[in-house]
Amino acid sequence: MAPQLAITLVFFYWPAGQALYQSMLRQDPFGLRTRFVWFANFRKVLADPAYLNSIQVTVVFSLATAIVAMVVALLLAVMAEKAVRGKGLYRTLLIWPYAVAPAIAGMLWLFLFNPSIGSLAYVLRSLGIAWDPLLNGTHAMILLVSAAAWKQISYNFLFFVAGLQAVPKTLIEAAAMDGAGETKRFWTIVFPLLAPTTFFLLVVNTVYALFDTFGIVHAVTGGGPGKATETLVYKVYNDGFVNLILGDSAAQSVILMAIVIALTAIQFRYVERKVHYG
Amino acid sequence: MIGQSPLRTFIAHAVLILGILIVGFPIYYTFVASTHTLQTILRPPLPLLPGGQLWNNYSEALFGGIGRIGGVSVGQLLLNTTIMALGVAVGKICISILSAYAIVFFRFPLRMTFFWLIFITLMLPVEVRILPTYKVMVDLGMIDTYAGLIIPLIASATATLLFRQFFMTIPGELVEAARVDGAGPWRFFIDILLPVSRTNIAALFVILFIYGWTQYLWPLLVTNSNDMNTIVIALRKMVSFADADTEWHLVMVTAMLAIVPPILVVVLMQRWFVRGLVESEK
Repeated sequence: MAPQLAITLVFFYWPAGQALYQSMLRQDPFGLRTRFVWFANFRKVLADPAYLNSIQVTVVFSLATAIVAMVVALLLAVMAEKAVRGKGLYRTLLIWPYAVAPAIAGMLWLFLFNPSIGSLAYVLRSLGIAWDPLLNGTHAMILLVSAAAWKQISYNFLFFVAGLQAVPKTLIEAAAMDGAGETKRFWTIVFPLLAPTTFFLLVVNTVYALFDTFGIVHAVTGGGPGKATETLVYKVYNDGFVNLILGDSAAQSVILMAIVIALTAIQFRYVERKVHYG
Repeated sequence: MIGQSPLRTFIAHAVLILGILIVGFPIYYTFVASTHTLQTILRPPLPLLPGGQLWNNYSEALFGGIGRIGGVSVGQLLLNTTIMALGVAVGKICISILSAYAIVFFRFPLRMTFFWLIFITLMLPVEVRILPTYKVMVDLGMIDTYAGLIIPLIASATATLLFRQFFMTIPGELVEAARVDGAGPWRFFIDILLPVSRTNIAALFVILFIYGWTQYLWPLLVTNSNDMNTIVIALRKMVSFADADTEWHLVMVTAMLAIVPPILVVVLMQRWFVRGLVESEK
């Protein structure tokens, strides 16, 4: 008990408190004087076009990543349920990317798609697409989303498979007796029963896209080109460690904390609801 | 079971194989690239089959030391990463199993307060409090040490919660029986609690090992010197798209070496991994 508390206090509550305190301080440019400014940092951050841009980037990135990863995983999971033979083998082959670090996933995709030596970029170019993720912001975003979603597919796949196995076979058979075709059975029975899993994964994937993808952004684009892929976490890092604007960075940290707490609260409400369903 | 037309089964297999191709291709291609010379890699498209440089490239990276990251060999990086991943996994399991044990089986003042103190940490990953945590590390002189890499990542609540939930399912009769037989709290912990939670520990170990291995932001901040880097960070330092002197063949070898150990852990311990993942998150 004691060791965990000690570590929690030193590496968790102390820094969190510091973040709160620092978010209300402002240093002069030479670091000589520090003033207490209440919520001025927050006002400044929230009024900053770069920050608003970063919010927009983060929302687009998170939603795209979550949706792509989940749709692909659901499709694969449904197919894996149908393929009676070789299910175990397919599963083994599909869970690999879970073990790949996000940053490495990003670099692999960049290796495949970078304009000078990437082989797939070569293919794209020979198809007549002017592909350049290093200069074109949209292309950079597509690359990031692909890499981030690729890594998350295996995780979602495992959960969807578990969810599908929990759907009562009797229900499906009853529907089949009533003459419902396969597509109809999926949309009217299986998909609604998967809703809790889907919702849970949506939250988890959003959190993943918000935080764990820092490595991808840092390794692949560095927030660029321009600020086209600068996510919130990347901006906290960049303002704090690279540009050394401590007050702003801390204020952003606090805002991020608020976002995570909100997401977690949503997740817990969902867990409670699931308990009621039994 | 409802019968299926052969066509649908065929489609299912086809989609799955396509999925595996998408999932596996980047990794396979990295392997291919790691067996070619730098000249071949720089002239796309790269052949789809492995080349003959496997031995040369791997021995150069493993034993030679790589110039871009200060001549540190990949062996050293692997060692650092392994220490970090094992440290995080073992440390977190030890700490959280003890806390959960205390919370579930003992009555002491402020018990619930402590529980909530730990529970709230669940909500705040390292990423949102990087700057202040970094400052604490500097004050404690833990930059560029293994302890600095490991300890701050240990204190999170997921494992504690999981163990707590599991311990609460242990029937009171078991505790009573142990007490009647004269087992003290420590003896109960070692002889009864640890054996029954074996599978949980294995499952958590896999997940935490992967977690430790794939960390990015924290090692990036805490390690300054090249020979303390984890392999993921070193890889990032080796790649540069602006200038042409990135040694891609070595980068690819390093990437393979960074990917393979965690994949092996996941695939070999698949049963526990899947169970642990699906259960711990629900």
